[in-house]
Amino acid sequence: MARALINVPKTARRGEIVEIRAMIAHPMETGYRMGTNGANIPRDIIRRFACAYDGEEVFSADLFPAVSANPFIAFTLVATASGTITFAWTDDSGETQTASADITVS
Amino acid sequence: MDDPRRSHPLSFPVRRRQVLAAGLAGLVMISLPRRALARPSLEEAIKTFTGGAGVLDGRVRLELPPLVENGNAVGISVTAESPMTTADHVRRIGVFNEKNPEANVVVFHLGPRSGRAEVSTRIRLATSQVIVAVAQMSDGSFWSSRASAIVTLAACIEDLS
Repeated sequence: MARALINVPKTARRGEIVEIRAMIAHPMETGYRMGTNGANIPRDIIRRFACAYDGEEVFSADLFPAVSANPFIAFTLVATASGTITFAWTDDSGETQTASADITVS
Repeated sequence: MDDPRRSHPLSFPVRRRQVLAAGLAGLVMISLPRRALARPSLEEAIKTFTGGAGVLDGRVRLELPPLVENGNAVGISVTAESPMTTADHVRRIGVFNEKNPEANVVVFHLGPRSGRAEVSTRIRLATSQVIVAVAQMSDGSFWSSRASAIVTLAACIEDLS
Protein backbone atom coordinates (compact mmCIF):
# COMPACT_ATOMS: atom_id res chain seq x y z
CA MET A 1 0.00 0.00 0.00
CA ALA A 2 2.41 2.60 1.09
CA ARG A 3 5.60 3.29 2.92
CA ALA A 4 5.44 3.28 6.71
CA LEU A 5 7.95 4.85 9.05
CA ILE A 6 8.13 3.71 12.65
CA ASN A 7 10.36 4.80 15.46
CA VAL A 8 10.80 2.35 18.36
CA PRO A 9 13.82 2.37 20.67
CA LYS A 10 15.97 -0.74 20.18
CA THR A 11 16.61 -1.24 23.87
CA ALA A 12 14.87 -0.25 27.07
CA ARG A 13 14.95 -1.00 30.76
CA ARG A 14 12.13 -3.06 32.20
CA GLY A 15 9.25 -0.79 33.16
CA GLU A 16 10.63 2.17 31.23
CA ILE A 17 8.12 4.28 29.35
CA VAL A 18 9.24 4.51 25.72
CA GLU A 19 7.99 6.89 23.06
CA ILE A 20 6.69 5.32 19.86
CA ARG A 21 6.20 7.29 16.66
CA ALA A 22 4.46 5.95 13.58
CA MET A 23 3.76 7.51 10.21
CA ILE A 24 2.45 6.13 6.92
CA ALA A 25 2.51 7.65 3.45
CA HIS A 26 -1.17 8.12 2.61
CA PRO A 27 -3.10 10.98 0.92
CA MET A 28 -5.95 10.92 3.52
CA GLU A 29 -8.30 12.25 0.82
CA THR A 30 -11.16 13.90 2.71
CA GLY A 31 -13.92 13.51 0.10
CA TYR A 32 -14.66 17.24 0.38
CA ARG A 33 -12.35 18.38 -2.39
CA MET A 34 -13.12 18.84 -6.08
CA GLY A 35 -10.82 17.81 -8.89
CA THR A 36 -10.02 19.87 -11.98
CA ASN A 37 -13.10 18.47 -13.78
CA GLY A 38 -15.40 19.71 -11.01
CA ALA A 39 -16.17 16.20 -9.78
CA ASN A 40 -15.71 15.30 -6.15
CA ILE A 41 -12.57 13.35 -5.34
CA PRO A 42 -13.79 10.24 -3.51
CA ARG A 43 -12.86 9.81 0.13
CA ASP A 44 -9.86 7.61 0.85
CA ILE A 45 -8.54 7.70 4.39
CA ILE A 46 -6.87 5.48 6.96
CA ARG A 47 -9.68 4.60 9.32
CA ARG A 48 -7.89 2.78 12.06
CA PHE A 49 -4.42 2.52 13.47
CA ALA A 50 -3.52 -0.19 15.95
CA CYS A 51 -0.37 -1.09 17.83
CA ALA A 52 0.19 -4.49 19.40
CA TYR A 53 2.93 -5.51 21.85
CA ASP A 54 3.68 -9.24 21.51
CA GLY A 55 0.25 -9.77 19.94
CA GLU A 56 -1.73 -7.85 22.57
CA GLU A 57 -3.28 -4.60 21.39
CA VAL A 58 -1.98 -1.79 23.60
CA PHE A 59 -2.92 1.31 21.62
CA SER A 60 -5.28 2.17 18.78
CA ALA A 61 -6.79 5.20 17.10
CA ASP A 62 -9.88 5.91 15.00
CA LEU A 63 -9.01 8.43 12.32
CA PHE A 64 -11.34 10.87 10.57
CA PRO A 65 -10.78 13.05 7.47
CA ALA A 66 -9.51 15.85 9.72
CA VAL A 67 -6.24 13.97 10.24
CA SER A 68 -3.51 15.32 7.95
CA ALA A 69 -2.12 13.49 4.95
CA ASN A 70 0.63 11.01 5.86
CA PRO A 71 -0.90 10.48 9.30
CA PHE A 72 1.59 10.71 12.13
CA ILE A 73 0.84 9.41 15.60
CA ALA A 74 3.12 9.53 18.64
CA PHE A 75 2.31 7.78 21.91
CA THR A 76 4.00 5.96 24.78
CA LEU A 77 4.24 2.34 25.90
CA VAL A 78 5.63 0.58 28.95
CA ALA A 79 8.53 -1.70 27.97
CA THR A 80 7.43 -4.90 29.73
CA ALA A 81 9.42 -7.62 27.98
CA SER A 82 11.61 -8.17 24.94
CA GLY A 83 9.39 -8.71 21.96
CA THR A 84 7.90 -7.38 18.77
CA ILE A 85 5.77 -4.28 18.45
CA THR A 86 3.51 -4.43 15.40
CA PHE A 87 1.64 -1.60 13.76
CA ALA A 88 -1.38 -1.86 11.48
CA TRP A 89 -3.10 0.79 9.41
CA THR A 90 -6.48 -0.02 7.85
CA ASP A 91 -7.92 2.17 5.09
CA ASP A 92 -11.41 2.76 3.67
CA SER A 93 -11.16 -0.21 1.31
CA GLY A 94 -10.37 -2.51 4.25
CA GLU A 95 -6.78 -3.00 3.19
CA THR A 96 -4.31 -3.30 6.05
CA GLN A 97 -0.67 -2.35 5.97
CA THR A 98 1.58 -3.59 8.75
CA ALA A 99 5.03 -2.82 10.06
CA SER A 100 6.91 -4.16 13.03
CA ALA A 101 9.94 -3.47 15.19
CA ASP A 102 11.77 -5.48 17.83
CA ILE A 103 12.54 -4.15 21.27
CA THR A 104 15.07 -5.64 23.71
CA VAL A 105 14.17 -5.12 27.35
CA SER A 106 16.87 -5.63 29.93
CA MET B 1 -65.42 19.86 -29.76
CA ASP B 2 -61.84 19.32 -30.94
CA ASP B 3 -60.50 21.34 -28.01
CA PRO B 4 -59.40 18.82 -25.32
CA ARG B 5 -60.05 21.33 -22.55
CA ARG B 6 -63.67 21.63 -23.54
CA SER B 7 -64.20 17.87 -23.70
CA HIS B 8 -62.55 17.47 -20.27
CA PRO B 9 -63.55 20.51 -18.24
CA LEU B 10 -61.60 19.31 -15.15
CA SER B 11 -58.31 18.74 -16.92
CA PHE B 12 -56.85 22.16 -16.15
CA PRO B 13 -57.42 22.19 -12.35
CA VAL B 14 -56.16 18.63 -12.09
CA ARG B 15 -53.02 19.55 -13.90
CA ARG B 16 -52.47 22.54 -11.64
CA ARG B 17 -52.87 20.35 -8.58
CA GLN B 18 -50.33 17.93 -9.99
CA VAL B 19 -47.89 20.74 -10.66
CA LEU B 20 -48.32 22.00 -7.10
CA ALA B 21 -47.82 18.52 -5.69
CA ALA B 22 -44.70 18.04 -7.79
CA GLY B 23 -43.41 21.39 -6.61
CA LEU B 24 -43.96 20.46 -2.97
CA ALA B 25 -42.27 17.09 -3.51
CA GLY B 26 -39.36 18.92 -5.08
CA LEU B 27 -39.04 21.22 -2.08
CA VAL B 28 -39.02 18.22 0.25
CA MET B 29 -36.35 16.55 -1.89
CA ILE B 30 -34.20 19.69 -1.80
CA SER B 31 -34.52 20.17 1.96
CA LEU B 32 -33.77 16.53 2.90
CA PRO B 33 -30.18 16.24 1.72
CA ARG B 34 -29.40 19.64 3.19
CA ARG B 35 -30.47 18.38 6.60
CA ALA B 36 -28.37 15.24 6.11
CA LEU B 37 -25.34 17.33 5.13
CA ALA B 38 -25.49 19.57 8.21
CA ARG B 39 -22.67 18.44 10.49
CA PRO B 40 -23.28 17.85 14.18
CA SER B 41 -22.17 20.74 16.33
CA LEU B 42 -19.15 20.52 18.59
CA GLU B 43 -21.40 19.91 21.60
CA GLU B 44 -23.40 17.20 19.79
CA ALA B 45 -20.21 15.41 18.75
CA ILE B 46 -18.88 15.45 22.31
CA LYS B 47 -22.25 14.20 23.57
CA THR B 48 -22.07 11.27 21.14
CA PHE B 49 -18.56 10.50 22.43
CA THR B 50 -19.53 10.68 26.12
CA GLY B 51 -22.94 9.07 25.72
CA GLY B 52 -24.59 12.07 27.36
CA ALA B 53 -22.40 12.04 30.48
CA GLY B 54 -21.22 15.32 31.95
CA VAL B 55 -17.79 16.65 31.00
CA LEU B 56 -15.62 18.36 33.59
CA ASP B 57 -12.88 20.89 32.95
CA GLY B 58 -9.31 19.99 33.82
CA ARG B 59 -6.98 16.99 34.06
CA VAL B 60 -6.43 17.24 30.29
CA ARG B 61 -4.10 19.55 28.43
CA LEU B 62 -4.50 20.18 24.71
CA GLU B 63 -1.63 21.94 23.05
CA LEU B 64 -1.71 23.42 19.59
CA PRO B 65 -0.07 26.46 18.03
CA PRO B 66 -2.25 29.58 18.56
CA LEU B 67 -1.34 30.90 15.11
CA VAL B 68 -1.40 28.36 12.28
CA GLU B 69 0.11 29.21 8.92
CA ASN B 70 -0.92 26.01 7.15
CA GLY B 71 -4.17 24.38 8.19
CA ASN B 72 -3.27 21.18 6.33
CA ALA B 73 -0.93 19.98 9.05
CA VAL B 74 -1.33 21.31 12.55
CA GLY B 75 0.62 19.50 15.23
CA ILE B 76 -1.42 18.87 18.36
CA SER B 77 -0.63 17.02 21.54
CA VAL B 78 -2.94 15.89 24.32
CA THR B 79 -1.79 14.92 27.79
CA ALA B 80 -4.02 13.78 30.62
CA GLU B 81 -3.20 13.63 34.31
CA SER B 82 -3.51 10.00 35.23
CA PRO B 83 -1.32 7.43 37.03
CA MET B 84 -2.09 5.00 34.17
CA THR B 85 -2.43 1.97 36.43
CA THR B 86 -4.80 -0.95 35.91
CA ALA B 87 -7.16 0.61 38.46
CA ASP B 88 -6.95 4.21 37.25
CA HIS B 89 -6.09 5.03 33.66
CA VAL B 90 -7.27 6.94 30.62
CA ARG B 91 -9.43 4.80 28.38
CA ARG B 92 -10.07 7.11 25.43
CA ILE B 93 -9.07 10.55 24.22
CA GLY B 94 -11.28 12.18 21.61
CA VAL B 95 -10.45 15.34 19.68
CA PHE B 96 -13.23 17.45 18.21
CA ASN B 97 -13.38 20.63 16.15
CA GLU B 98 -15.87 23.43 15.75
CA LYS B 99 -15.89 24.33 12.05
CA ASN B 100 -14.42 21.56 9.87
CA PRO B 101 -16.85 19.66 7.59
CA GLU B 102 -16.83 16.85 10.18
CA ALA B 103 -16.79 17.37 13.93
CA ASN B 104 -14.62 14.35 14.76
CA VAL B 105 -10.88 14.57 14.37
CA VAL B 106 -9.44 11.46 16.00
CA VAL B 107 -10.15 9.08 18.88
CA PHE B 108 -7.25 7.39 20.71
CA HIS B 109 -7.71 4.23 22.75
CA LEU B 110 -5.22 3.89 25.60
CA GLY B 111 -4.73 1.59 28.52
CA PRO B 112 -2.51 0.88 31.53
CA ARG B 113 0.23 -0.35 29.20
CA SER B 114 0.52 3.13 27.69
CA GLY B 115 2.51 4.28 30.73
CA ARG B 116 1.62 7.92 30.19
CA ALA B 117 -1.53 9.48 28.77
CA GLU B 118 0.30 11.43 26.11
CA VAL B 119 -0.49 11.43 22.40
CA SER B 120 0.31 13.70 19.50
CA THR B 121 -0.66 13.83 15.85
CA ARG B 122 -1.15 16.24 12.97
CA ILE B 123 -4.60 17.48 12.01
CA ARG B 124 -6.36 19.66 9.41
CA LEU B 125 -8.14 22.87 10.26
CA ALA B 126 -10.54 24.36 7.72
CA THR B 127 -10.65 27.74 9.42
CA SER B 128 -9.91 29.58 12.66
CA GLN B 129 -11.78 27.69 15.34
CA VAL B 130 -11.93 25.98 18.71
CA ILE B 131 -10.55 22.46 19.23
CA VAL B 132 -11.64 20.35 22.20
CA ALA B 133 -9.95 17.27 23.64
CA VAL B 134 -12.02 14.99 25.88
CA ALA B 135 -10.52 12.16 27.93
CA GLN B 136 -12.50 9.28 29.38
CA MET B 137 -11.01 7.86 32.57
CA SER B 138 -11.35 4.24 33.65
CA ASP B 139 -13.89 5.31 36.31
CA GLY B 140 -16.14 6.61 33.51
CA SER B 141 -15.63 10.33 34.14
CA PHE B 142 -14.93 12.73 31.28
CA TRP B 143 -12.49 15.62 31.40
CA SER B 144 -11.83 18.18 28.70
CA SER B 145 -9.61 20.97 27.54
CA ARG B 146 -10.16 23.46 24.74
CA ALA B 147 -7.85 25.61 22.69
CA SER B 148 -8.41 27.94 19.77
CA ALA B 149 -6.27 28.50 16.71
CA ILE B 150 -6.13 31.22 14.08
CA VAL B 151 -5.62 29.70 10.63
CA THR B 152 -4.24 31.76 7.75
CA LEU B 153 -4.15 29.03 5.05
CA ALA B 154 -7.17 26.76 5.31
CA ALA B 155 -7.33 23.03 4.68
CA CYS B 156 -10.07 20.93 3.05
CA ILE B 157 -11.51 23.58 0.74
CA GLU B 158 -8.75 24.24 -1.75
CA ASP B 159 -9.12 22.79 -5.26
CA LEU B 160 -6.56 20.83 -7.20
CA SER B 161 -5.28 23.03 -9.98
